[in-house]
Amino acid sequence: MTLLDIDNLGVTFDTADGDVHAVNGLSLKINEGESLAIVGESGSGKSQSAFAVMGLLAKNGRATGSVKLDGSETLGLPERKLNRIRAEQIAMIFQDPMTSLNPYLKIGAQMREVLTLHKGMSSKEADAESIQMLDAVRIPDAAGRLNMYPHEFSGGMRQRIMIAISLLCRPRLLIADEPTTALDVTVQAQIMTLLGEIQKEFGTALILITHDLGIVADACERTIVLYGGRVMEQGPTDALFAKPTHPYTLGLLKAVPRLDIDQDELETIPGEPPDMSRLPAGCPFCPRCGFSKPRCSTTQPELRLEGQLRRACHADVAEVAA
Amino acid sequence: MLTYILRRLAVAIPTLLLLIIFSFILMEAAPGSPFDTERGVPPAVLANLEAKYGLDRPMIERMGIYIWNVVTQFDFGPSFTYTNRSVNDIIAQGFPVTLTYGTYAFIVAVLVGGALGIAAAIYHNSWLDYLAVGISIGAQVLPNFVMAPILVLIFTLWLDWLPGGGWRGGQAQYVIMPVIALSTSYMASIARLTRSSMLEVLNAGFIRTARAKGLPMRRVIFRHALKPALLPVISYLGPAFVGMITGSVVIDVIFSTGGIGQFFVNSALARDYSVIMGITILVGALTIFFNLVVDVLYAWIDPKIRY
Repeated sequence: MTLLDIDNLGVTFDTADGDVHAVNGLSLKINEGESLAIVGESGSGKSQSAFAVMGLLAKNGRATGSVKLDGSETLGLPERKLNRIRAEQIAMIFQDPMTSLNPYLKIGAQMREVLTLHKGMSSKEADAESIQMLDAVRIPDAAGRLNMYPHEFSGGMRQRIMIAISLLCRPRLLIADEPTTALDVTVQAQIMTLLGEIQKEFGTALILITHDLGIVADACERTIVLYGGRVMEQGPTDALFAKPTHPYTLGLLKAVPRLDIDQDELETIPGEPPDMSRLPAGCPFCPRCGFSKPRCSTTQPELRLEGQLRRACHADVAEVAA
Repeated sequence: MLTYILRRLAVAIPTLLLLIIFSFILMEAAPGSPFDTERGVPPAVLANLEAKYGLDRPMIERMGIYIWNVVTQFDFGPSFTYTNRSVNDIIAQGFPVTLTYGTYAFIVAVLVGGALGIAAAIYHNSWLDYLAVGISIGAQVLPNFVMAPILVLIFTLWLDWLPGGGWRGGQAQYVIMPVIALSTSYMASIARLTRSSMLEVLNAGFIRTARAKGLPMRRVIFRHALKPALLPVISYLGPAFVGMITGSVVIDVIFSTGGIGQFFVNSALARDYSVIMGITILVGALTIFFNLVVDVLYAWIDPKIRY
């Protein structure tokens, strides 16, 4: 059962330097309870796609295409209707737990308002529910925490609280935008484990946005690789990791440090991410690609199913995967 | 918190003492005396006058006596130029006037300026924003010595709605124009401060979280954004409030309110030493007190600040 159906999503920002196309023709589907990773470098448009779905784009941003929740269009809905979807159907957690909680309000107040507003609970009921949810994200002594302020918690604890807040209305989809980027490595692992457990426990679908391929492998069934606001490759995570068929995916995987083989030097992808206000006519990855052909710079490759993976590349699978 | 407040009040005492000493020395260094006149006073009369007011003694001794009288009897001495009036009388008569119109002006400036600033930030780069910024720049560049005569021209001479001056114990029709004239430039500053800090807060991560939680915009603004946005405004409001309740010479002169601002400037011109000192101490004490109020408000708003 398809929960969220994104079709040909585009995000454009009006800036002083002209239009910046952050996302170009992103299409994806996610089913109830499924987990999906969106992977890409900074500026690849992964966060902006999520903001577009939530209706949280900056004021100069415009979204085109279609985003359907349970088959009904959500793009361009008025704020009042979006507010019924936010938290209730789709919840989101953000990169930096140090800034995403309001430092001037107690944790209890920040949780309570979600439940009193969306579920019509009394303050008392809301507090009881909040304590349960803090328990669920493994925060010890949950009852005593409601009266504390965000600055009294560590980064990892704050991200747990963010997750608890996002789950209060039992949303069907949780979008986690780089949830571990700002955290210590050991804490990262805990948060990822927690997200996995929560997903099973609540049956929530998960979209994990990250640039860290290391956490994707365990966490998500399917992966989408974005570059320059376009999908480069997508498919089951196992297949994609085992045998990537797109030069960009290949480069990303080679750039992950490995402990199982002897590496003197970490491989990098030469060049820099593209200037999103001046994208090339062809494949956005073309200037940095080791397999580029003459037509790569002029014609945008279509996303085609080859084997288990969908890929947008003019080079042959055999050539890249060799 | 209580010990912090007590400690701050204790520090206020040496601060005020230093203020008295510096003001005393500065007055002494200024040329002229309260008894200088165009025609000159006969030496014998001058000597008598100086003896009567104690000016024949050395400065240190006079300063000591002054501080002693202030501390033990709360007596700020006789005025040098207003015969038979003490500084306590002058302040008791003039301060309630400026306190009244200053407080009203403060309320008007905070409410109007705050509302303009918030509206401008919410509707950033819209006509409402430009209007609010336009009004505040207009109000800022109209100093009160321009504003006051314009008000008199419109409301007294043309429309004949309000009396052009006087106080009459602070009846409404005498208070309105001083309040408007005094509040405009403060209102403008508050509007611009509120707007810029509100804009900054609206870009904060926790505002995005609040919106992602599906809260209506009104709640996002008033529950999540207002408090942090007001912090920089509050630190401006402390000194601004003191400035307003101690009045303005322009307002006092143009509207003949009999407020303290007029006495302050006149006393400085006439070298009325005791009045200068009295009003300086009043303004100093109020400044110290309201800065303390600001700090206490800060701790109340920002949970990270604990004393």
